[in-house]
Amino acid sequence: MLEAILFMLGLGVSCGSVLSIASKVFYVYEDPRIAEVESYLAGANCGGCGYAGCSAAAVAVVKGEAPPNVCIVAGADAAANIAAVMGVEVGTAEPLTSRNTCRGGDRADDKFYYMGINSCRALSAFYEGKRICSIGCLGLGDCIRACAFDALKMSDQGYPVVDEEKCVGCGACLKVCPKNILEIKTMSERLLKLNEADDALAPCQQTCPAEIDIPKYIRQIRDGNYEGAVNTIRERNPLLLSCGRVCPHPCENYCRRGIEDEPVSINQLKRFVADYEMNSGKRLPISCAPDTGKKVAVIGGGPAGLSCAYFLRRVGHAVTIFDDNPKLGGMIRYGIPEYRLPKKVLEWEIDGILKTGIVAKTNFKLGVDFTIGSLISSGFDAVFLGIGAWKDYTLRVEGENLEGCYTGINFLTRFAKWQQGDSDDEMPIGNRCVVIGGGNTAIDCVRTLIRLGAQEVNLVYRRTRAEMPANEVEIVAAEHEGVKFTFLAAPTKVVGDENGHCKQLEYLKMELGEPDASGRRRPVPIEGSETLLDCDMLITAIGQGPEISFKENDTERIKNLGITRWNTIDQVNPITLQTNIPYIFTAGDSATGASLVVEAIGGGRRAARSIHQYLSGEEVKAPEKALFKKHIKESIFESVPGIVQEKRAEMPELPVQERITCFDETDLVLEEKEALRESMRCLQCCRLCYNKDDKAA
Amino acid sequence: MGDLIVLGISCIFVNNILLAQYLGNCPFMGTSKKMETAVGMAFAVVFVLVMAGLITWVVNTYVLVKYGLGFLRTIAFILVIASLVQFVEMFLKKSIPALYAGLGIFLPLITTNCAVMGVCLINVNEEYTFIETAVSSLTYAIGFGLALILFAGVREKILLGRVPKPLQDTSIGLVTAGLISLAFFAFKGMV
Ligand SMILES: Cc1cc2nc3c(=O)[nH]c(=O)nc-3n(C[C@H](O)[C@H](O)[C@H](O)COP(=O)(O)OP(=O)(O)OC[C@H]3O[C@@H](n4cnc5c(N)ncnc54)[C@H](O)[C@@H]3O)c2cc1C
Ligand code: SF4
Repeated sequence: MLEAILFMLGLGVSCGSVLSIASKVFYVYEDPRIAEVESYLAGANCGGCGYAGCSAAAVAVVKGEAPPNVCIVAGADAAANIAAVMGVEVGTAEPLTSRNTCRGGDRADDKFYYMGINSCRALSAFYEGKRICSIGCLGLGDCIRACAFDALKMSDQGYPVVDEEKCVGCGACLKVCPKNILEIKTMSERLLKLNEADDALAPCQQTCPAEIDIPKYIRQIRDGNYEGAVNTIRERNPLLLSCGRVCPHPCENYCRRGIEDEPVSINQLKRFVADYEMNSGKRLPISCAPDTGKKVAVIGGGPAGLSCAYFLRRVGHAVTIFDDNPKLGGMIRYGIPEYRLPKKVLEWEIDGILKTGIVAKTNFKLGVDFTIGSLISSGFDAVFLGIGAWKDYTLRVEGENLEGCYTGINFLTRFAKWQQGDSDDEMPIGNRCVVIGGGNTAIDCVRTLIRLGAQEVNLVYRRTRAEMPANEVEIVAAEHEGVKFTFLAAPTKVVGDENGHCKQLEYLKMELGEPDASGRRRPVPIEGSETLLDCDMLITAIGQGPEISFKENDTERIKNLGITRWNTIDQVNPITLQTNIPYIFTAGDSATGASLVVEAIGGGRRAARSIHQYLSGEEVKAPEKALFKKHIKESIFESVPGIVQEKRAEMPELPVQERITCFDETDLVLEEKEALRESMRCLQCCRLCYNKDDKAA
Repeated sequence: MGDLIVLGISCIFVNNILLAQYLGNCPFMGTSKKMETAVGMAFAVVFVLVMAGLITWVVNTYVLVKYGLGFLRTIAFILVIASLVQFVEMFLKKSIPALYAGLGIFLPLITTNCAVMGVCLINVNEEYTFIETAVSSLTYAIGFGLALILFAGVREKILLGRVPKPLQDTSIGLVTAGLISLAFFAFKGMV
């Protein structure tokens, strides 16, 4: 007995002393925070965080490689405690969530018939699986089996649906999916995602310059989830009220329904939900990623600048907008007239964007009140240039500087400023007005003149109506409102009276000749066809380009900023929108020349993506397979079986007699019932799949 | 020499510690879901088992048997193995950090593994010599690793199949283990 007790004592003492000596001898300094952090982790050693067990995760947190909320089991309290240990904000890294990108499911046609295989991975090993679509979901649910959190289930339509409440973003589903249907992304990554050639995209979404997920928001409208639809649009476009009113919707030209029927009225549906939010009296919350501590200067508060600022703010950067004008909005405030986009609406929209925490400095002109060099030396890490195209082109004919002659942008902005009380510079309006040009600016001028009571308004354009670049609906509206059109007329001279006031416009009649490089038939003057047109007010609205004189007052470095021969700011790559000076980025009219609001918004987001890359120390580059305005070949159809024709929603308008005497908004919003009917017309397209109409046999 | 080879083969296949002796079931079920984990575990077991087998043999021969304390064997072995693993962990962390990072979390996990304990006791009961102990410990560990890795491969494939609800996860795992074990019975006639 004594021996046994002695032996056990001896063994205990020797083990103990060996271990204690060892712990001295083999002591490795370990950050005490590791142990502390580890004590807050769940201790499950599940590996769900992607590290080999809890201690490895704790080490990663202390090294700063993993965020405090790394543990997917422990929950928010633990994250807060760990953040306290580390002395950082809880969410330095944003939570990841999984999304399914394929909505094909059972709608997708099968190419092969397989028997007995019940796993997607096995199926895809045989000729990429049964579906015709090369990227589509195979529907056997490997992802569902892989999810340890029960966050995925198979929908009735045959594709997986993620329960965002349960999803922890562990990525197990993504690893097993052979088709890359699932994507694990943070909010920032989602906001800055560009369309890529392998994505599941409807034709309309491929066409939209802002890359809005159109079928998704239409589906949400259909389900009565208007708030969801607003949020979907806001992931790509912060100016939905404005776009819903003025966008010429290039997406509708590619609407698959439009191949057999009238296209879905996509933009009116956007306006419908945008107005719904505004009229609901409350703003939907817009979340932003945790602050990154980086500062970006956005110069120009037009659509491009607002969009860029909005996306940068949402991914966590501090943004200041500098604008020359007294209020933000750019051309959509000072160019597009009140009757198309009421200032009250614009105000509400811009307010919402600024409320995310963007600072705006107005009446601050680049090149006069500050320079890019001064911004950099005052601590801004990157600069976005979205100064638009505000310099009117001139006719270069004799007499165009006579009294009574104006240029388009100049006329519209002066009038807009006077109308909204920014200035008291009231312009005299003529009785017989002539506007030269065929674009949006010209149309806005004639429609404004009509509303101001001009007795006769004549639009003079070099080519024919078919070639007018203005939005079709606008041309029609101008026709209804009584504007006269003179086509195939090339101004040659402005004739003045004895007081130096314009009296007549002399023009040459034209005829259409051979098609030019752009495919439009080139107008050629008819010899000796000079004609005179009486006018006491003449507006030239033949296009505009960026005003780039700001460069001259800047530092040597900025003087080297690349400029194209159209006076636009040159970019290294039209997708990244980085200029030849690495910390300067550009988009919108100043990068492309006069273009569209959506184009500026899409550009603003792309620039925000590049700026984010730049500020995170990554290489600024476009995604390898960026779609960027191209279409996915297989998704563009010749014919679309299974469509029953149904009229598209008619846009309600103010009656002509009523609208030409005031500046009230002309285009009205769809009724809810009509919007719902319109949403049902959408085929919910993907690359290849679409819903056939129920009524089609 | 021939005897040693026979001993080795019998330890790996015929008397496989997991499939024939049914020891070490918890790591067998717990770490066989992913190939990666299974491989890590297999190496950790090889490492620890050889060390533990030898040191317990020494303790047994020079202390327990000598002083007639055979009845304290189990408790003494537990203490010795646990301390050994702790010691090795500290040693590796300081001296061979690369190996430590590789074996990482598996070392403490097998501190009280019954397969390790079982092999040590078998060695003593069979009255193996020091050399035989070394061979048997090593080959038992190899057998462990072999079975674990095989099983992990099978389980990864099971994930792809549609398993009825009541049979999912551990249940199907045990059934599969049983089937593999039956297959291993075929080795019975070998030695
Ligand atoms: C009359 C008219 C009608 C239009 N109608 C439509 C339409 O119906 N649909 C459509 O899609 N598009 C339309 N457009 C085009 C659309 O308005 C523009 O493409 C869009 O506004 C471009 O946005 P942006 O941000 O690039 O530039 P802008 O909107 O021009 O904004 C540039 C901003 O930069 C500021 N800025 C300029 N220089 C400086 C400086 N030196 N320092 C500081 N700030 C400066 C300006 O004050 C302005 O706020 C129309 C354009 C005009 C002129
Ligand atoms: S039918 Fe719907 S999803 Fe298809 S192209 Fe038209 S709007 Fe887009």
